[in-house]
Amino acid sequence: MVATQPKPTRTVSRPSPAPARPHHRPPGRWRQPLLAAAFLAPALSILAVWIVYPTVRTVLRSLFGRDPQDFVGLDNYHTLFTTDTLTMAIRNNALWVAVVPLTVTAIGTVLAVLTERIRWAAAFRTAVFMPMAVSMFAAGVIWHVMAEKDPQRGTLNAVVGVVHDAVNPTGVLATGRPSTPALTGDPGSGIALRDPVRPGQSAPLGLTGIPTREVPPGSVPAAIPAAGPDQITGTVFRDFSPGGGQPGVVEPGEAGIPGATVELRDTGGRVLATTHTSADGGFRFSGLDPGDYRVAIGRDTFAAPFEGVDWLGPKLITPTIMIAYTWMWAGFAMVLIAAGLAAIPRDVLDAARIDGASEWQVFRRVTVPLLAPVLTVVLVTMVVNVLKVFDIVMAVAGESTQDDANVIALAMWRTSFTGANNYGLGSAISVVLFLLVLPALALNIRRFRREGRR
Amino acid sequence: MTALRRLPVQLLLGGIALLWLVPTFGLLLTSLLPPSVIESGGWWTVLAKPRLMTLDNYRAMFADRQLVDALVTTCVVAVGNTALLVLISALAGYAFAWLPFRGRDGLFLVVVGLLVVPLQIALIPIFSLYNATGLFDTAAGLILFHVAFGLPFGIFLLRNALLEIPVEIIESARLDGASEARVFTQLILPLSRPAIAALAIFQFLFTWNDLIVALTLGRATQPLTVAIFAQLRQYGANIDIIAPAAFISLAIPLAVFLALQGAFTRGLLAGSTKG
Repeated sequence: MVATQPKPTRTVSRPSPAPARPHHRPPGRWRQPLLAAAFLAPALSILAVWIVYPTVRTVLRSLFGRDPQDFVGLDNYHTLFTTDTLTMAIRNNALWVAVVPLTVTAIGTVLAVLTERIRWAAAFRTAVFMPMAVSMFAAGVIWHVMAEKDPQRGTLNAVVGVVHDAVNPTGVLATGRPSTPALTGDPGSGIALRDPVRPGQSAPLGLTGIPTREVPPGSVPAAIPAAGPDQITGTVFRDFSPGGGQPGVVEPGEAGIPGATVELRDTGGRVLATTHTSADGGFRFSGLDPGDYRVAIGRDTFAAPFEGVDWLGPKLITPTIMIAYTWMWAGFAMVLIAAGLAAIPRDVLDAARIDGASEWQVFRRVTVPLLAPVLTVVLVTMVVNVLKVFDIVMAVAGESTQDDANVIALAMWRTSFTGANNYGLGSAISVVLFLLVLPALALNIRRFRREGRR
Repeated sequence: MTALRRLPVQLLLGGIALLWLVPTFGLLLTSLLPPSVIESGGWWTVLAKPRLMTLDNYRAMFADRQLVDALVTTCVVAVGNTALLVLISALAGYAFAWLPFRGRDGLFLVVVGLLVVPLQIALIPIFSLYNATGLFDTAAGLILFHVAFGLPFGIFLLRNALLEIPVEIIESARLDGASEARVFTQLILPLSRPAIAALAIFQFLFTWNDLIVALTLGRATQPLTVAIFAQLRQYGANIDIIAPAAFISLAIPLAVFLALQGAFTRGLLAGSTKG
C-alpha cells in the first residue's frame, strides 16, 4: 500500500536503537508533561465541549420526553421502532447498507482493474473522482435536475424516452374503441373489420372513446374516398357527433383521424400492405387482385407517448438517490483500490499466469485476496457513510417524498428541528445512529493498534 | 495487436468517463441557459444552438444580496475553520508524536475513537448551548463546530505524518537548545507540509459543502448550500437561480480539487489505509 511505503525509510534512518530519550530530556521532570498539556489544551478542550459533552448529554436526553423534566425511560426507543415514518427510515437505511457499499466497491474494483490497462488512466480517474469534490448537496441538486419527470427537461428521461420511442413509436391516438360490432379488437392488438372487403368497396372504420382534445391536430371532417375497381378505400374517423348520430356511418361533423396506420390483411390475417390516413381519415389501397381482404387499424396507431419515468416519485425516490450517491463515491473506492492494486507485487500475478491461470482466475484467486484489506477499508467506510447519509436525500427528495426517502439521519433532523422539536425522540434516534456506527469504531481502533505494534 | 485488443476496454472506459461527466456538465450548461429555454427543454438544446448561452443567470445571481452574502459566509466559515483546525491539530499531533507523557497512547486512542461519533449526536445539545451563549447564528459558532468534528481526523493524520520525521532532526535541534515552540514552528510545520495540505484540502471541501450543521445552527448566517436549499424548497422549479448558485458552490471546491489533486489523494490514502 502506498501509505505504508515511507515506513522502511524511517527504520533505516534510525540506525541505533539506543534509548535516545533519557539523554535529551529537558531539565526538570515536570516540564515535559506541562509542555504536552499546553500543546494539547486547545484540541482537548474543543473535543470535550463539542463532542464528549454533547454525546453524554444526548444519551441522557434520549431518556426524557418532549418535556425535559419528564423521565420516560426507554419509551423513545420504543416509539422509534413502532412509528411508521421512523421504521420506514430504518428500513430504507438497511436497504442503503445492503446495496450501496457493495455496489460502490464492486464498481471501484472493476474501474481500478480496467484503468491499469489504459494510458489515460490519470485523466479517467480524475473524471470519475471529480464528484467527490462536489458537495453531496450540489450532487443532489444535479441529480434532482437530471431526474425531472418531463422528458423534455430531465436528462434521465430524455435518454429513456429515446430508447422507449425506438422500441415503441408514439401513435396518433392514446386509445380508442370500435364504434360498432362490425369492428373487433382493441388498441393492444389493432382493431379489425369483422367481415371481408373486396376491391371496389369502401370500409368506414369508426372509433369512439376519443376525447375531443385527443383528436390529432390537422384533422378535417371525415370523408370516404371513392374506390376504383382494383382499390379498397375507407376512412378512420371519430364516430361521434353532437346528438349521437348513427354508429358506423360517416356523418357531417365527425372528425377524420389523420396519421392512423391501416393494415390490409389477407383472410388468414397476414399483413399485405400498410398505409396511413390523410387529414380526413381517408385511405386507399390500389392495384389489388380480386378476392377477399380484411382491413384493420394497426396497433401502432394507439401507442401513448412516453410520459417519463417518475424518478422523484414515492416509488423510485430511494433508488434514484442511491444512483446519485454511487455516482459520487465510486471514484473514492476506485482511488483506494487502485493504490492497493499498485502495491501488489507484479511477480505474484505473473507467476500465476505462467502456471496457466486465466485472467479471471488470477483476479479471483490472487488479486482479490491480496486486496482484501483495502476492500474491507472501503466497505467499512462506505457502511459508515451510508448510515449517516443526509444531505443528498434532502436535496434530491422534495418535501412530499421525504417520508418515502427517509433515512435515520434525516428522521433525526426532522424530528428535532423542523418545528416538531421533539428533542427526546430526536436524541434517541441519534443514539441509535451512533450505536450503528460503533462497530466501525471497534474496527478502526483494532486496525490502529495493529499498526502501532509494528 | 494489443492496441486492438484493448479497444473494447478503451471504449468502455470512455463511455463511463462520459457518463460520469454528464451530470456536472449538464448543470453547467443549464446555468448558462435563459429561463425561457430551460422551461421548455433540457440543457442539450444548447448543443444545437450554442448562441443561446448567456451569463444572465450569473449576473442575476451576483445582483442578489442574499446569495452574495451566502457566498461570503461560505468562504469565511470554510477558510476560517480550516486554518484553525490545521493549527490546533498540528499542536496536538506534535504532542502525541514527540512529547512523551504518561497515558499518551491511551489518550490518542480515545481521540481517534471520536472519529466515528456522528455529528448528528451533538446537534441538539450544541443547538441549546449556542442559544444560551449567543453563538447561535454566528460564523464563529459554525467554525468551532466544524473544527471539533475535524479534530479527530486532523490529529490522527498529523500525528502519523509527524512520526515520519526522522528522529535525529528533532533531537539535534533540541540538543542545540531550541525550545519546543521553535522546534514546532521552524521544523515541524515546514516538514509536514504535505500532510497539512492534505488535511486542509479535506476540511475545506468538507465544510464548504456542509448543509446539516449550517441548517441547524444558523438562520440568517446562511452559507451557499443553505441558501440554495431554501430556493429549492420555496419555489421548487426556479432552476435559473438554483443552477448557477449550485455551479458556483461546486466550482470552487472543484478548482481546489483539480489544482491540488495529488495532495488530496495522498490524504485520502493516509486517512483510510493507515491506522
